Amino acid sequence: MSKPDHSSRRQFLGLAGGAAVLGAVPIVTLRPAEATPAMLAAAIRNVIGAAVVRVGKVKLDVPPLVENGNTVPMTVSVESPMTPGEYVKSIHVFNEKNPQPNIGNFYLGPRAGRARIATRIRLADSQKIVAIARLSDDTFWSASVDVVVTLAACTEEVI
Amino acid sequence: MPSALINVPANAKRGEIIEIKTLMSHVMETGYRRTATGEVIPRDIITSFACRYNGVEIFRADLYPAIAANPFISFFTVATESGKLDFEWIGDQGFGETASAAITVA
Repeated sequence: MSKPDHSSRRQFLGLAGGAAVLGAVPIVTLRPAEATPAMLAAAIRNVIGAAVVRVGKVKLDVPPLVENGNTVPMTVSVESPMTPGEYVKSIHVFNEKNPQPNIGNFYLGPRAGRARIATRIRLADSQKIVAIARLSDDTFWSASVDVVVTLAACTEEVI
Repeated sequence: MPSALINVPANAKRGEIIEIKTLMSHVMETGYRRTATGEVIPRDIITSFACRYNGVEIFRADLYPAIAANPFISFFTVATESGKLDFEWIGDQGFGETASAAITVA
């Protein structure tokens, strides 16, 4: 997120092929955290309390254009030496528009060696995803990504 | 078919950072979906996952309905000693599964 010019241009070019196939021109934006809806803000406050969250150190990898919101690969990595004195305690991931703002909490420690986790998530709509990392000195760092979802998850009817 | 798939390197050098990949077979029913007749399908998800390395917890996760079906989780750890990695998934409606993998550290 520190070099938005490069990443968004690369993402856009990478998507151009896919867009041609879909016959649609997606508008893809990757930008740092800004105003967030109340539920998301409340969920974040629940985890971090009154602490200040700074943007940086965290890298959140989610495809910017998702065809199927039922399973979206996500990787979160945090810049940290992962030594007993300086490590990542936990990673928390939130969303803006699913029925529930939480996605997952992941607790690491100095024994992890590398502060990186990966999983697959559901997205009910095009929305912003926020990852927050808690470091061993109890500072909080975040990254956020906007994702466009073509087929939503979670709320569809079972036939 | 086993319900859990675990990928842990069988051998590692001491101090090496290894990746552990886990996949547990589970519907992860969100509790927000309805049947055609309008009844809510009750929530049935895995709520927690933990990994212990020779009895010491090295990784833990709280899962929510926003985690996709058949939860896949990957993370890293430092290969410190030979022994066993134990994995545990706990969820709604009494769900509980365990799995383990051996590792030899040279």
